[in-house]
Amino acid sequence: MHPAYSVIFFTTASGAGYGLLVWLGLAELLGEMPSNWWFRFMAFGLATGLVVAGLLSSTFHLGRPERALNAFSQWRSSWLSREGVLAVATFIPVALFGLASVFGLFVDAADLWAVLTIIFALLTVWCTSMIYNSLTTIRAWNDQIVPPVYIALALATGGILFCGLTTLMDNLGAGAIWAALVAIIAGWILKVLYWSRLDGRKLTLTTADAIGLPKLGRVRPIESPHSQANFVMREMGYTVGRRHADRLRTYTVIGLFVIPALCCLALLALPTGFAPLFGLIAILSAAAGVLTERWLFFAEAQHVVSLYYGAEAA
Amino acid sequence: MTSLPAPSQKKLGLVIDLDTCVGCQACATSCKEWNTGGFSGPLSDQDPYGADPHGTWLNRVHMYEAGEGDDTRTVNFPRSCLHCETPACVTVCPTGASYKRAEDGIVLVNPDTCIGCKLCSWACPYGAREYDYADGTMKKCTLCVDRIYNETLEPEDRQPACVRACPTGARHFGDLGDPTSAVSQLVADREGVALMPELGYNPVNRYLPPRERRNAPSADTTTTAAPAVGTDAGVVDKFFAWADKALTR
Repeated sequence: MHPAYSVIFFTTASGAGYGLLVWLGLAELLGEMPSNWWFRFMAFGLATGLVVAGLLSSTFHLGRPERALNAFSQWRSSWLSREGVLAVATFIPVALFGLASVFGLFVDAADLWAVLTIIFALLTVWCTSMIYNSLTTIRAWNDQIVPPVYIALALATGGILFCGLTTLMDNLGAGAIWAALVAIIAGWILKVLYWSRLDGRKLTLTTADAIGLPKLGRVRPIESPHSQANFVMREMGYTVGRRHADRLRTYTVIGLFVIPALCCLALLALPTGFAPLFGLIAILSAAAGVLTERWLFFAEAQHVVSLYYGAEAA
Repeated sequence: MTSLPAPSQKKLGLVIDLDTCVGCQACATSCKEWNTGGFSGPLSDQDPYGADPHGTWLNRVHMYEAGEGDDTRTVNFPRSCLHCETPACVTVCPTGASYKRAEDGIVLVNPDTCIGCKLCSWACPYGAREYDYADGTMKKCTLCVDRIYNETLEPEDRQPACVRACPTGARHFGDLGDPTSAVSQLVADREGVALMPELGYNPVNRYLPPRERRNAPSADTTTTAAPAVGTDAGVVDKFFAWADKALTR
């Protein structure tokens, strides 16, 4: 699948934003919210900023962005529509939670806003993952491990942001670091499992199946219907060589999991004077890692339609 | 509304004969010609006279080679929307622009509400939907909905442009929901197939497999085979061997 930068940025930025909101909610519920006002101001600003930037970015993928409001109408059948509706609905508890936490308004119900923020943020990320997971045409995505991977990576990147931001402005509690570490390791395990399932899956469809003549044996194209790549090939014919993918998988593991995990350990072990440095390294490394991960998620995914254009199996 | 309607009695679709299709592209070009002025027209082209010309077409004719050795055969394969009974391209649509008509099962895109998110093209295993880069919306086969019910056309023209254009009669249009219709009979007689039924889209269109060869090459190689030409054969021997082989076919 063609890795569109707008969609890569949308899923990673909004994922990290929703992940950060989940951790802010948990911090509120557990009484672990950093007391520094600037932290809360910056954390809510960053989380909503990432979500808004992600949602705006997703509209750049549209041919007719001026009609984007239509996309809220078909939540009965479409995961994309559900994701849009939930993304907008999530702003309500987030706004109330932010007003309570940052400006001291509606404080009495702060825990309720926190709970609703956690639920809606997780549901939105789940809907994002279901847009991809529901497509039976793309075997790499039509795997039930995809939603857990999306949620774990949102929590890992959000946790890294939470810790990194705290180190810059406040004293970081060990509980938050451990929580981030658990999310990072969970994401690591799930992503490696995803790749092993991706590599291990059997490709059962052939070009002969695609043209309805499975008895004819091996079918190969001898003449293309068009001289230059058409939309279908440009959008869905994108595949990267396996060797290329292997290297990028290694970069993903190092950037998204190994370096942030080591930073977490350093934050636990070293004096707090070093904390902002490790916090920043973890954020930058995870950002590069998750962008690579998401690029690969698209680039490695093979669409069934490629059978018509020379792929031997899908 | 992208939720699917109850299955219709009437299931309009195409039956394409892979035995008689000669891959001439007449269906594809007549489709482009009609539909660029039709329901979802214009169908734009990009860089048409440049180095990378491409454009929106609703029908694509592939050419494949199948089998091995003497059993190798060419299969010409026109590919367009199959007007599936459970089309995921419709249910994934966030706007309601994609819909399946309750009255005859035709799958259409409303060109006025499509936002061009391309998700329907991701959901279609058959590559039937193409993005119009100029219009920013998705285009697909309309089964010439603007011809088949068009009373200003002569009755014989009230069928899809591709069917009307096919010089070998390899394309047939009709109601596949009616077991007594000519197309249903044809599918029954020739054991017509649906494409990749295991994916669960329940295509309406059917493809008729190529007929068995009348003189399978494995059966008569002894009677007409040319004398074996050794490596030391002269140019004249090789020429006659080639001519014999060519004329025997």
